[in-house]
Amino acid sequence: MQARLTASDLACRRGERLLFRGLSLKLSPGDVLHITGENGTGKTSLLRILAGLLSPYSGEVSHEGAIGMLDERPALDPDQPLGDALHFWQQVDGCADASEAASAMELDALLEVPVRYLSTGQRKRAAMARLLCQDAPIWLLDEPLSGLDDRSQARIAETLSAHAESGRIVVLASHQPIAVERLNVFTLAEYVV
Amino acid sequence: MIWPLVKRDLRMLLFGGRRGGGAMLPLLFFLAIAMLYPFAVGPNAPLLAKTGGGVLWIAALLAAILPLDRLVLPDVELGLFDQLKLRGVTEEVVMAVRLFAHWLSFGPLLMLACFPAAALLNLDGETLRLLLLGLLAGTPGLAAVGLMIAALTAGLRAGAALSGLLLISLALPILIFGAGALERSDPATLGFSAAISLLLVAITPFAAGAAIRAGREG
Repeated sequence: MQARLTASDLACRRGERLLFRGLSLKLSPGDVLHITGENGTGKTSLLRILAGLLSPYSGEVSHEGAIGMLDERPALDPDQPLGDALHFWQQVDGCADASEAASAMELDALLEVPVRYLSTGQRKRAAMARLLCQDAPIWLLDEPLSGLDDRSQARIAETLSAHAESGRIVVLASHQPIAVERLNVFTLAEYVV
Repeated sequence: MIWPLVKRDLRMLLFGGRRGGGAMLPLLFFLAIAMLYPFAVGPNAPLLAKTGGGVLWIAALLAAILPLDRLVLPDVELGLFDQLKLRGVTEEVVMAVRLFAHWLSFGPLLMLACFPAAALLNLDGETLRLLLLGLLAGTPGLAAVGLMIAALTAGLRAGAALSGLLLISLALPILIFGAGALERSDPATLGFSAAISLLLVAITPFAAGAAIRAGREG
């Protein structure tokens, strides 16, 4: 099955405030979409709407293929050693080998360290390893580069490129520029009310 | 996909980790009340035997309040429910698993603790039997009410204090019939307690699941 993600005429309202409206997207295999916009324009809300975690005020979202999401919450138990925390998701996702994903994110030396002792960047990479293990064709990433050093940023960019090249979809919201081929930039400000 | 979740919930609720407490905290609290009560009313063995069963029921109810603030909120903050939802595990299933784990982490342990507590309070064998049967019927309901409240109040300011108040109010029917069985020794009284528990266990995954979903929209 080929991954697809379509949104039509989306509007998002948070509290009494209408964040954006009239937003439509159509993403096909291999697409990488970089959503940009100032703080508070609704980037995170848009990603959550696309993921089906938040209801849009109006409009519709449809997708073919599983969705994997990375946001500021790594969903890894803080008390557990990283290896065990990843192992939980490995079991849930039926992933054959979580160590491969951990190696890809250079986490081998940290597998015995409880998640709560990891730095922000290490946690971000750990969450990325969880996402790799999930093997979902559509990735929705909220600030995947924040807290990462240059080397890790380059590694994430490579991972995203590889994901897109294998005929899958990446949508990321970030303030930082990212070097990924076939990148389309989508400025949310154009839809802000 | 469900079994890893059951294991994780049991580990979290039994051992607690940095979230604090685990299953030991309600257990020690329950035993502490059983130990303090004779000091408070004096060493009057007939009085202790007459009132001890009721005191242990109140102790069980209060002990059920203790795990509430770490039952749902830490996992909302962790993003666990969102990640499970993306994998097609509904909130209802997650809450049903948690209800099972929550009850296992305090119900059977409280029943075990009834043995030393009964010795401290000079309870006779028949009272202990009725107490254990009452708790067996009532603690799943207490766990269900607790989980429902924890899901509803996750993210509210002063949620922990509110949880306690709500649990005391909503658990009243379980207490009335569960503790009532000690006096009346009537199987119907225990049956009522079990029926209320069953109803609460049946609706809790749906109510708590709806609360988690509503929390996302907030």
